[in-house]
Amino acid sequence: MKPIIEVRDLAKDYTMGDMIVHALRDVSLTISEGEFVAVMGPSGSGKSTFMNVVGCLDRPTRGQFLLHGQDVANMNDNELADIRNKYIGFVFQQFNLLPRTSALKNVELPLIYAGTRNRHEVAAKALERVGLGQRMHHKPNELSGGQQQRVAIARAIVTDPVVIFGDEPTGNLDSRTSEEIMALFQELNEQGKTIVLVTHEEEIAHHCKRIVRFRDGRVVNDDPVHDRIRATDVLASMPDADAVEYAPKTAAHA
Amino acid sequence: MRPWDSLESALRAIASNKLRSMLTMLGVVIGVGSVICMVGIGEGTKRKSIENIEIMGSNMLLVFPNWRRGGMSMGSEAGMQLRDDDIAALKREVPLIKEITGSVRRNGMAKFRSNTHSTQVYGAEPQVKYIRNMVKMVEGEWYDEEDEALARQVAVLGFTVWDELFHGENAVGSTVRINGQNFEVVGVVDYKGGSGMWNPDDQIYIPLKTAKTRLMGKTTLDMIQLQASRTDLMAITQQQVEDTLMKSRKSAMGEPLFRVMNQGEMIEQIQTQTRLLSILLAGIASVSLLVGGIGIMNIMLVSVTERTREIGLRKAIGAKRGTILSQFLLESVVMCLVGGILGILIGSASIFYIAGLFQVPPEINTAGVVTAFGFSAMVGLFFGIYPAMRASRLQPIEALRHE
Ligand SMILES: Nc1ncnc2c1ncn2[C@@H]1O[C@H](COP(=O)(O)OP(=O)(O)OP(=O)(O)O)[C@@H](O)[C@H]1O
Ligand SMILES: [Mg+2]
Repeated sequence: MKPIIEVRDLAKDYTMGDMIVHALRDVSLTISEGEFVAVMGPSGSGKSTFMNVVGCLDRPTRGQFLLHGQDVANMNDNELADIRNKYIGFVFQQFNLLPRTSALKNVELPLIYAGTRNRHEVAAKALERVGLGQRMHHKPNELSGGQQQRVAIARAIVTDPVVIFGDEPTGNLDSRTSEEIMALFQELNEQGKTIVLVTHEEEIAHHCKRIVRFRDGRVVNDDPVHDRIRATDVLASMPDADAVEYAPKTAAHA
Repeated sequence: MRPWDSLESALRAIASNKLRSMLTMLGVVIGVGSVICMVGIGEGTKRKSIENIEIMGSNMLLVFPNWRRGGMSMGSEAGMQLRDDDIAALKREVPLIKEITGSVRRNGMAKFRSNTHSTQVYGAEPQVKYIRNMVKMVEGEWYDEEDEALARQVAVLGFTVWDELFHGENAVGSTVRINGQNFEVVGVVDYKGGSGMWNPDDQIYIPLKTAKTRLMGKTTLDMIQLQASRTDLMAITQQQVEDTLMKSRKSAMGEPLFRVMNQGEMIEQIQTQTRLLSILLAGIASVSLLVGGIGIMNIMLVSVTERTREIGLRKAIGAKRGTILSQFLLESVVMCLVGGILGILIGSASIFYIAGLFQVPPEINTAGVVTAFGFSAMVGLFFGIYPAMRASRLQPIEALRHE
């Protein structure tokens, strides 16, 4: 499989006064196409820092970093913006949707920056893919947390990026809604999307295919998941399954 | 990002906080409005003043004592006063003069029955009607050479005086009291449309000799006014007038003790004066536009801070520096332009009102409107650039982390 993320001896230092915080120390890692990786570790271990660097939101202090075969470590701000727009999709814990702006407009935003022509259709398709075809013209404050996160996921996939990053995407959601979001991620992964999620919860991590554990800025553990949880199974076993408005497509196909 | 998308996003941002945007715009509205209004009034004043000079008459030259040169350095003003013999000299030596008269002037109180009107009494020989182009009458005739020679107590009323004293009734044959003396009205001059200090409609004209001997007790002249016979020979006429007067009216240093002005010079003088007035008014108004601009800058800075996370998000999904910069710049420019348009409308409307108050013709200057519009765009750019730069320079990570 084609490598999407290749980092060698990646380091990130933060200088605070005379103190230097080594947020990442010599991280080497490869994530390939079609992988579904959970990044775990205690608070302050460097998960978010890693995510921001490989997500091209921040620059490493040292080390090599190839994204989709391109050396991004030395790119300037505008080149990085282009990389983020074309190759990367972000899902945040706080959703980060534009307020007072319809779901459709929110999803269109990356396409506006990309200069895509038929962006209404493309954005509408992405919303349908996350099961929000009926809610396109709702504004964020008219949507539940889970629905808002799905709009955010639609926004992340709308440019058809090579990798989706999520920094604790289920951190603000209850367990049922989290499960629904994980079902969506699993579905996207099955369709071939490479996904990297930061999470605190073992439960969530076990929905992925591989778990990378950080401690003090180092990768201390990197194992495939054997007893993988299928979100659709969990949802089916939940008592009020009937109340779930979102029926994952994979389940429908089966 | 295409222009329409940028504009739409700017309008959306402005509309999302309507009250705040409106209050911010108000500063620009007032600024642009007052610029438009002030410039308009300045222009109106200028045009009116020039019209006033033009309706005075044609081919006209005025001779004044030169107070600036004489007086103090001479120790005596006697040599400076214009006299009847100057007129005689001019008549004799400058054949290009068609009409000439001396004149005196004084404030006067005119009374007819119970109506009183405070005005100016203007003593001049009857040919003043040609020089000042006041031949057209509402009723009656001008006093003649005989009235002049015998210093009769007769008067010709300007239109405003007639209107004030007689309320449109026949005046010829009636007796008005001017500064306590009785004058018989012989004529009323038709409306000239003047205004201000030298309004020809607001004068009472009486024979020069009557004015000097009976009303004012003057032996000298305030002014000599004359009409040249040919427009194309105005310059030569002026030269000859100056040469003639230099023979008798020059100082010990050889400087003229008189000043000759033609209408062109008067118009020029008014233009410099009113230009100064216009600049002053526009300057004062610009200060309020400046204040409006500072308001825009303030609100844009607040907006950038409030929307830090939004900026972070936009950058995370691919917005470049330039995109963010133009987004915020466009917001402030759009606000200023909308404010500018409203200001132009309100300013133009108030010109009509204020012009009425000051009795000047309302003048909406197209160049002024275009300038004001351009100016408000500039204000938007100038005061928007700093907040927009701040926004564009935010690092995506820090912006996203902002609480
Ligand atoms: N901007 C910054 N300036 C200084 N130090 C920072 C900065 N960002 C992170 N750090 C430090 O780097 C280390 C790693 O932080 P990071 O946010 O990556 O941890 P994390 O694993 O995501 O933790 P959490 O699970 O709490 O989100 C921490 O010690 C943190 O204090
Ligand atoms: Mg974190």
